[in-house]
Amino acid sequence: MLERIIEEAPAFFGYYNVVFLLEALLATFLLSVIGCLVGFLAGFAMAAVRRSGGRALAPARWLILAYVEVFRRIPFLVTLLLCFFLFEVLKLGLTTFQVAVVAVCLIASAYIAEIVRGGLDSVHHNQWDAAATLNFTYWETLRWVVVPQAWRVILPPVFSFFVLFIKDTALASQIGVVELTYAGKVLNNKGFSAALVFGSILILYFALSWPLARAGSWMEKKLAPSRHR
Amino acid sequence: MRHLDIVDLRADYGSHTVLERINLEVGKGEIVSLIGPSGSGKSTLLRVILGLLPPIAGEVRIGGQTIDYRNKRDVKAIRSRVAVVFQQYNLFQNMDVLRNVTIAPVKVKGRPRAEVEEEAKLLLTRVGLGDKLKSYPDQLSGGQQQRVAIARALALKPEILLLDEVTSALDPELVNEVLDTIRDLATEGMTMLIVSHEMAFVREVSSKVVFMAAGHVVETGPPKQIFDNPQMARTQDFVGKILRH
Repeated sequence: MLERIIEEAPAFFGYYNVVFLLEALLATFLLSVIGCLVGFLAGFAMAAVRRSGGRALAPARWLILAYVEVFRRIPFLVTLLLCFFLFEVLKLGLTTFQVAVVAVCLIASAYIAEIVRGGLDSVHHNQWDAAATLNFTYWETLRWVVVPQAWRVILPPVFSFFVLFIKDTALASQIGVVELTYAGKVLNNKGFSAALVFGSILILYFALSWPLARAGSWMEKKLAPSRHR
Repeated sequence: MRHLDIVDLRADYGSHTVLERINLEVGKGEIVSLIGPSGSGKSTLLRVILGLLPPIAGEVRIGGQTIDYRNKRDVKAIRSRVAVVFQQYNLFQNMDVLRNVTIAPVKVKGRPRAEVEEEAKLLLTRVGLGDKLKSYPDQLSGGQQQRVAIARALALKPEILLLDEVTSALDPELVNEVLDTIRDLATEGMTMLIVSHEMAFVREVSSKVVFMAAGHVVETGPPKQIFDNPQMARTQDFVGKILRH
């Protein structure tokens, strides 16, 4: 097998294949980064609204509850296909990549909203009482008291979700987005050996998620002064 | 002069009534103590006064002014005039001692940080923690944390201080350091409403003692009456049990 890989390597790493792989890598990278960023911001916002008590936000709380519970229960692929066919019907003229971006954002937001909710709930209720009697508003309490204490509970599952999530973007290949997994299949079909093709794909996925995991543990140390608890 | 007035107050937890027909007066500079068995509603009464549990019926008046707990501005107003120290201290775990004490005056009241920090350092020195400014709550003993909580309450310059079983969570040898701090405040004429199980202390500092049981005020009177000559059978029973020890 090794001989075959050595024999194929020069052709495999030819200019067009490398550009093709890098473009696919960029697609996977963008899907992951946009999904993680939007998911984190939207998930955080939704968890914060869900925890609020005001009557004005009650309809928003119901919507968020329904959204989170539904999207966490549908397989990623189904969400993707739903988005794909919905946008077909609506004739918005989106590319498959844009459809995939919408789908990954929907999924990541729902999951992270649930992780953040758990983190906020983990902060002891007496912290809310103390903040209330000091006349902090709900949002001030979140910002100054609850979120700083919830980080250490929120961050580890968020980052392990991100790592899983990068791999799940492979499903976008099912609607024809040229990302890493799709590129692997194309090159394999061109006749390159599976070991060479998917070995390269593996390395590229690893190159995406390893720095993310490192960033995660760095942030956990930086943002979560966990010894003060 | 009446400072805090509670009239026919009722509060429920869900469908369960936890306080009923509570009447209570605290005069300016007075120290009124609430005593009674666990579950009698003493701590709940403090929560109702602060608006953490809105009352179902009755009135709370502060300086003659009735508080409408459905009105956010009224709730804010009472919380800026009445400060509380909780049994479990409730210090912010993510902030050091100095920030715990200064955050509300600086961020909520908008006072200049330098000025507030100077005052906070004086307060913390007064409660014996001038050398712990940069410590976090989990680095302090229970007694130290409770004194930080008292300093945090005082930093708001409240008219009235509510103390909710402030020594119950402390080791016996730490109780006195907290009680000494409260005695100091008493001599300065701070109006206080205290929930306590430290009967000797209650007897020593209170102008008036209120005995509560099962969500009702059973008997109110000077400490001498409540402890030496209780009028109601329920009070006699309670006082008899605790003084036998």
